[in-house]
Amino acid sequence: MDAIILQILNGLDKGSAYALIALGLTLIFGTLGVVNFAHGALFMLGAFCTVTLSRILTLSHEVVDPTRKDFLGNPLKVDVPYIYDIFGETTGAAIIDWAVPLSILFAIPVMIGIGVLMERGLIKHFYKRPHADQILVTFGLAIVLQEIIKYYFGANQIPAPAPQAFVGSLDFGAIFGMEPGAIIYPYWRIVYFCFAMVLIGAVFAFLQFTTFGMVVRAGMADRETVGLLGINIDRRFTIMFGIAAAVAGLAGVMYTPINSPNYHMGMDFLVISFVVVVVGGMGSLPGAVLAGFVLGVLESFASMRQVIELLPGVNQVVIYLAAIVILLTRPRGLLGRRGVMED
Amino acid sequence: MFGLNKKDTSLLLIVAALVALAPIILNPFPEGSGMAQFNAGYPDLMQRFVIFGIFAIGFNILFGLTGYLSFGHAAFLGAGSYAGMWMMKLLSINVIPAIVFSVIIAGLISLAIGWISLRRSGIYFSILTLAFAQMAFALAASVLTPITGGETGLQTNLNDPRILPGFLGGGSSVDGNIPKPSLFGIEMTSSFEVPVAGWLWTFNWGYYICGIVMLIAFYIAIRIFRSPFGLMLKAVKSNQQRLNYTGLNTRPYMLACFVISGMYAGLAGGLMAAMDPQVGAERMQWTASGEVVLMTILGGVGTLIGPVLGAGLIKYFENIFSKINDNLLHQWFAFLPDGLEDLMVTIIHPFIGKGWHLTLGLMFMAIVIFLPGGLVEGGQRLRKMFGRKSEERAPKTTPAE
Amino acid sequence: MSIKTVSRRGVLKSGAVAGAGLAVPTIFTASSAAAFTNEPTGSSVTLGFNVPQTGAYADEGADELRAYELAVEHLNGGGDGGMLNTFSSKVLNGSGILGKKVEYVTGDTQTKPDAARAAARSMIEKDGAVMITGGSSSGVAVAVQALCQEAGIIFMAGLTHSNDTTGKDKKANGFRHFFNSYMSGAALAPILAKNYGNDRKAYHLTADYNWGYTTEEAVRTSTEAMGWETVAAVKTPLAQTDFSSYVAPVLNSGADVLVLNHYGANMVNSLTSAVQFGLRAAEANGKNFEIVVPLYSRLMARGAGKNVAGIFGSTNWHWSLENVAGAKYAGTNAFVQSFGQKYGFPPSQAAHTVYCQTLLYADAVQRAGSFNPCAVAEALEGFEFDGLGNGPTLYRAEDHQCFKDVLVVRGKENPDNDFDLLEIVDVTPAAQVTYDASIFGGELGSCNPGA
Repeated sequence: MDAIILQILNGLDKGSAYALIALGLTLIFGTLGVVNFAHGALFMLGAFCTVTLSRILTLSHEVVDPTRKDFLGNPLKVDVPYIYDIFGETTGAAIIDWAVPLSILFAIPVMIGIGVLMERGLIKHFYKRPHADQILVTFGLAIVLQEIIKYYFGANQIPAPAPQAFVGSLDFGAIFGMEPGAIIYPYWRIVYFCFAMVLIGAVFAFLQFTTFGMVVRAGMADRETVGLLGINIDRRFTIMFGIAAAVAGLAGVMYTPINSPNYHMGMDFLVISFVVVVVGGMGSLPGAVLAGFVLGVLESFASMRQVIELLPGVNQVVIYLAAIVILLTRPRGLLGRRGVMED
Repeated sequence: MFGLNKKDTSLLLIVAALVALAPIILNPFPEGSGMAQFNAGYPDLMQRFVIFGIFAIGFNILFGLTGYLSFGHAAFLGAGSYAGMWMMKLLSINVIPAIVFSVIIAGLISLAIGWISLRRSGIYFSILTLAFAQMAFALAASVLTPITGGETGLQTNLNDPRILPGFLGGGSSVDGNIPKPSLFGIEMTSSFEVPVAGWLWTFNWGYYICGIVMLIAFYIAIRIFRSPFGLMLKAVKSNQQRLNYTGLNTRPYMLACFVISGMYAGLAGGLMAAMDPQVGAERMQWTASGEVVLMTILGGVGTLIGPVLGAGLIKYFENIFSKINDNLLHQWFAFLPDGLEDLMVTIIHPFIGKGWHLTLGLMFMAIVIFLPGGLVEGGQRLRKMFGRKSEERAPKTTPAE
Repeated sequence: MSIKTVSRRGVLKSGAVAGAGLAVPTIFTASSAAAFTNEPTGSSVTLGFNVPQTGAYADEGADELRAYELAVEHLNGGGDGGMLNTFSSKVLNGSGILGKKVEYVTGDTQTKPDAARAAARSMIEKDGAVMITGGSSSGVAVAVQALCQEAGIIFMAGLTHSNDTTGKDKKANGFRHFFNSYMSGAALAPILAKNYGNDRKAYHLTADYNWGYTTEEAVRTSTEAMGWETVAAVKTPLAQTDFSSYVAPVLNSGADVLVLNHYGANMVNSLTSAVQFGLRAAEANGKNFEIVVPLYSRLMARGAGKNVAGIFGSTNWHWSLENVAGAKYAGTNAFVQSFGQKYGFPPSQAAHTVYCQTLLYADAVQRAGSFNPCAVAEALEGFEFDGLGNGPTLYRAEDHQCFKDVLVVRGKENPDNDFDLLEIVDVTPAAQVTYDASIFGGELGSCNPGA
């Protein structure tokens, strides 16, 4: 029982990452009809916003400590961040400690900027081109983006720990009257799940309850008619692209303490996020979110020891197996609309 | 000739000439000169050019004709490789059973996957094929290790049975070494070397065997493109719904097309195993499937020669640019004054060696932005620029077929 | 058929260049021009450095490349000579190998066997390399080793830790300096028993591929021999990035030790998850819960950050070895000094092993007096040497594996900098990690000189 609850928690946690990425991808599919193979790279760029900010915060000057020696036997040079000089050591250390949450503020403008730049500079010219061309150009862009990151940050993973306050785990079992230690779950993963829910809610509310959102939804349904009504739909779509990029980026920012980021983390998520979007159904935002959680939970269950012993290798293939079954029983995925990207 | 019209015959002959003379054409720079690094005329890369050419031609039969974008074609390539490898382990080191068997196995697997995946169209079809291929990859790398050798891969071994008699390539070992893949005694790695002035041309047996197979594959592809069957597939691409309304069942045509395409992939896989006896699971990964998609788009979707050009371009970058290092750069720019030399090396450094991916990505973007029809369109534009006036006046034709 | 390949560079440099524009088809047979593949006939010799330059191990590959460049510099008489000064064999004198200047070509393995073989074939067929070395995974090492055997080239393995490389997949032309899974298990078990007791219950998470299998097997066997019990062993997909669903059930499984048979990004991510789930702080069966990582590398420790603190593992070598464990490990400081002077930071174990491999190859050629792979192999087989940083070492003739002391290390609690993440706990003597050459099966076959 505890094990099952634990895996549901894990599944929801994994699912929130899938859902966030798939949500942004669907916004781009649904609004612009563009197959964006660079979406994983946007997720990765978000994670590297965190790395960049913590690099900025820890910009240092060297102080020679004559009491210690470095590996060559010379006096050790100790790096002292400038931020210590400005705010004093305690406050400075606290700011550095909170680098990940602070990165949210840093990442939102950066990611919207990157998104808008990408749409205006490149994607705009590919609306009328075949999907194959869109795949090629966005895949090329993804490679270029990740190679740039690799050039500056290296190929190795870079740790970006959560603030000290979130280290450790919550004892769920104790809250619900089970014996202590039965179900414990790390604080940061709970934060990630809550953050994802808030972000998903915000995107839906924005589309549902604002005039801007209404126009965008109308544009998704019938772009030409909205244009004929004299509404500048292009500009709104640009903004939507920026928002989609920001959603992917924020998913990346908050993901860094869970797994140390490296330059190809985007590619690792790319295939899975396409599967999630398609299983959810093309052009359906709720579908993408639902599929993200469903596949996350399935993946977690499949990785249980008892399941693997029963069906060896099932943990390797469960997502794809589920995708095949769902697509064969529901022709347009879980909540897909007829006629979107079916030809 | 061969039942082809004049234009197709000349295309086939040009390709045949290119294949035959590749060892000379691909080595434009004299051996030992600074530019020799850009020579591609060595057996391994030439073999890869034609093998991936076959793979891309086969993929284009599906994607170019019907518009169905399979994202799992690497599974057939990998299955073909494993099948070929097992033939070389069990039967004989002769490449013929390996290649034949690899085509058969890939055909059977593509029949099964196609039968299921073709129930859906558009992106749903793409994701189904992707899912099958990823499952094949994941299982081959882990639980199927006894059959596939897992992540380390499958190789020929000293204790393999190879039950056929010696003159057919049987036998476990030759002087304590594993026999090399061969065709009735001609080893795939053996070559003639012809030094001419500063140049060195290598005529490799394995390459020419692959080349002949590719020409046959290319010829069959032309025949398919020109046949009523090919027309039917093009009709599927332009409007499948209308075709269904006329009472035609397109499924058998689609399935046949998918299986043919899968057999091409299996053929390429079998040849790969025959040229270089080692198969790893990563040959089936989605990146490998994606690579053939990129090759086809890069060269020109739906054109006959495009996919081959795209395959060549990607493999060239992978094998040539990744091998350039700073040391070489310094040699190239040694004629410049020191400061300038260092500057040039610093500028170029990010694009070579470990940065070859960056160059590849930039090239993808440049080609798709400036040459929407891929390399074939580039060729057409060049021809238009230098071509006769009559051609200029001619209305824009469909990409060179 | 008697048609065979020969070195293209060899052909040119031997002056076989035909008169201007005159095509003279030449068919070389085994007995004519060259005695073996890519015989160097000019004033220089080309070595092929095949390392991962893209993909997850690119940083490790970059460090290997630095060490190769340093080794070439030292062989050609440049720099301060590094470990040439401490090496027990003194035949190398800074004038290249057999008087030929050492040149090199580089390639990208992408950590994929196919790509690695393509890069190696291009070095052999196009650049005339007479030896191939490098790599940062066992899959690549096994694949390239088989290729070199077929082509008649010596292969000096880089970082490869699976038992298979010199076990079931060993080849007469292939040699490994790095240690293996078996040695990790044998070296770790006594230290673990000493620190954590003899009655532990272990839970294994194992990367689902060959290296993972051999490492799990080795650690299991040697810890069970110490009285430990293995509660469960779960295989995790190689492509897994989030290990939460594998780590979460560990605490309630009755185990009190978690063994992570993971390498590279797998290890960084699984360890991060394990620490997040509070395993480091937890108690089980009345004891502190512990985590063990059988194979450590500095780059992994860097990726995992503070999470490695206090966690045991093994390595082939560490830059602080001579300072900590004494002059027996001479060579370490000489190497660290020359590497550090040139690049500004201490070398990794991957850098060390490939530097040693290059020197060992050069030395074997010098002693054999020939580049012929069979002569070189004979010179390496059973070769005993010292002064390359690992203490007295034997290149065993039966399986071409080096036997030397193995380091047991632990993540530092308060590292001074990015390179000072591990501390040496103990050094297990070579005798304790030596095994019978036949236990892993496989056949060396006979050496292949190619042509």
